[in-house]
Amino acid sequence: MQGNEAVAYGALDAGVNFFAGYPITPSTEVAEILAAELPKRGGVFVQMEDEIASICAITGASLAGAKALTATSGPGFSLMQEGIGFAKITETPCVVVNVQRLGPSTGMPTSPAQGDIMQAKWGSHGDSPSIVLYPDSVKESYELTIRAVNLAEKYRTCVILLMDEVIGHMRESVRLPDMANVRVINRIKPTVPPHWYKHYDENQKYLSPLASYGEGYRFHVTGLTHDAHGFPTNKSGEAAEMMEACGRKISYNMRDLVQIESRDMEDAKIAIFTAGITARAAKAAIAMARHEGIKVGLLRPLTIWPFPDDAVRKMLRDVDTVIVPELNQGQMIHEIRRLTKDKSDGDVIPIQRVNGQLITPNDILRKIKEVC
Amino acid sequence: MDKSYEIRLSGSGGQGLILAGIILARAAVIDKHKVTQTQSYGPESRGGYSRADVIISDREIYFPEATNFNCLLALTQEACDKYLFDLRETGILIIDTTFVKNLALAADNTYELPFTEIAMDKLGSPISTNVLSLAFLVKVTGIVSEKALETSIRESVKPAFVDLNLKAMKLGFDLAKNYGK
Repeated sequence: MQGNEAVAYGALDAGVNFFAGYPITPSTEVAEILAAELPKRGGVFVQMEDEIASICAITGASLAGAKALTATSGPGFSLMQEGIGFAKITETPCVVVNVQRLGPSTGMPTSPAQGDIMQAKWGSHGDSPSIVLYPDSVKESYELTIRAVNLAEKYRTCVILLMDEVIGHMRESVRLPDMANVRVINRIKPTVPPHWYKHYDENQKYLSPLASYGEGYRFHVTGLTHDAHGFPTNKSGEAAEMMEACGRKISYNMRDLVQIESRDMEDAKIAIFTAGITARAAKAAIAMARHEGIKVGLLRPLTIWPFPDDAVRKMLRDVDTVIVPELNQGQMIHEIRRLTKDKSDGDVIPIQRVNGQLITPNDILRKIKEVC
Repeated sequence: MDKSYEIRLSGSGGQGLILAGIILARAAVIDKHKVTQTQSYGPESRGGYSRADVIISDREIYFPEATNFNCLLALTQEACDKYLFDLRETGILIIDTTFVKNLALAADNTYELPFTEIAMDKLGSPISTNVLSLAFLVKVTGIVSEKALETSIRESVKPAFVDLNLKAMKLGFDLAKNYGK
């Protein structure tokens, strides 16, 4: 099964019944498969005129009750940023899959890069909560797609699934879990009579129920700062309340949101911190280094935003050196440096590449040997 | 299989190398191995470079691209020049002499055949050069069973092309059997 195929089937198994998108390499297979499968299952597939329309369409569909998802790559992801901000401020569940390619602009459509790590968090203007998941295998692409849809529904926000070109296009032997064991989360529906309904209920934390248009509940949706009923407000108190509530969704729920793979870290003197396809190279490098008796381990975030601060602080205390391989000119590494406080914390060393080629196990092994 | 086995199928866009990679990967799944298949190609659908990597193992495969091949199939001179030096010393090199005219390095286990010419002569078109050379590779390396390859071809190509590809497969097996004779 291919990575993009796993995303498409993950979406279907999570209950996604609406896709609007504009095909773009290297994400096209997601749209291609959903175009064939959604109509068979009573869902809707719309090929839009561009990516701006695509993000708007999934946001609208979600407000009408659909579980909605779109898939794109860097150039489309850039176009979607304003719409992503709109989905976040209106607290509308939706999922954007970004199969990254080398940028900026058209870049190298068929080559891998991890250049959108910061854009996935800060791409839209203003402060906004970000949940961004990042798989490193075909199987995990399936699992994290389901998780992305679940988290979107639960936290009422736009969740980003970041993919690497190589993982999107890679085929791997996988055994998908039995559907009986797949946990699917649906948004909470209001139980109050329509005239009591608040679209943003501050008393319910993030689990604020969400009515759909057409169900008899009246609510207003705007990109302006809004009050509990969704109507625009310029009052500083209400604005602060809205902004803080969006932030709390993340900060109060770190344990639910953060997912990390820790491998061979118990006795490690050197740690490799990386996500996605570069973690696959790291795993191979660690196996080779361990074979030679070098104590090296891997810390891999499956959720890159919110950033796993606590786990990274512990790693910095425990090891002498942290190596951060990434297919960009330095993005994730700054988050680790941000958390380096004490002199006794480990050194943070980059491996960076932006030529369309992967960082290989040998590249990482060489760096391990340089520092040990 | 104790260690992982790395295969790179290389040439130019349009030669069907990615499909060959998918067929081989699927055959390995049928034989109950773990497998990864990746590819790299230019933005063009024909011409340019194209390669497919297949790694077959019975253990977890960490890095999915082939870096140190057990077997390299090169259908163009450019691909052969580019990847030859990443072949292991004991690795198997298979080249299509229709396009590969110069070998920069004499590998110990080199198989040279004009696959494209043979496909045009015996099968009427170069279209199944990919399956012809893949079947040759499978017979020479024994990396997947012949039965699995046949099943995989049936599952991977469009119904209208199954017969042609099975004919190409049999021809590839025969070429390997008679190689050097």
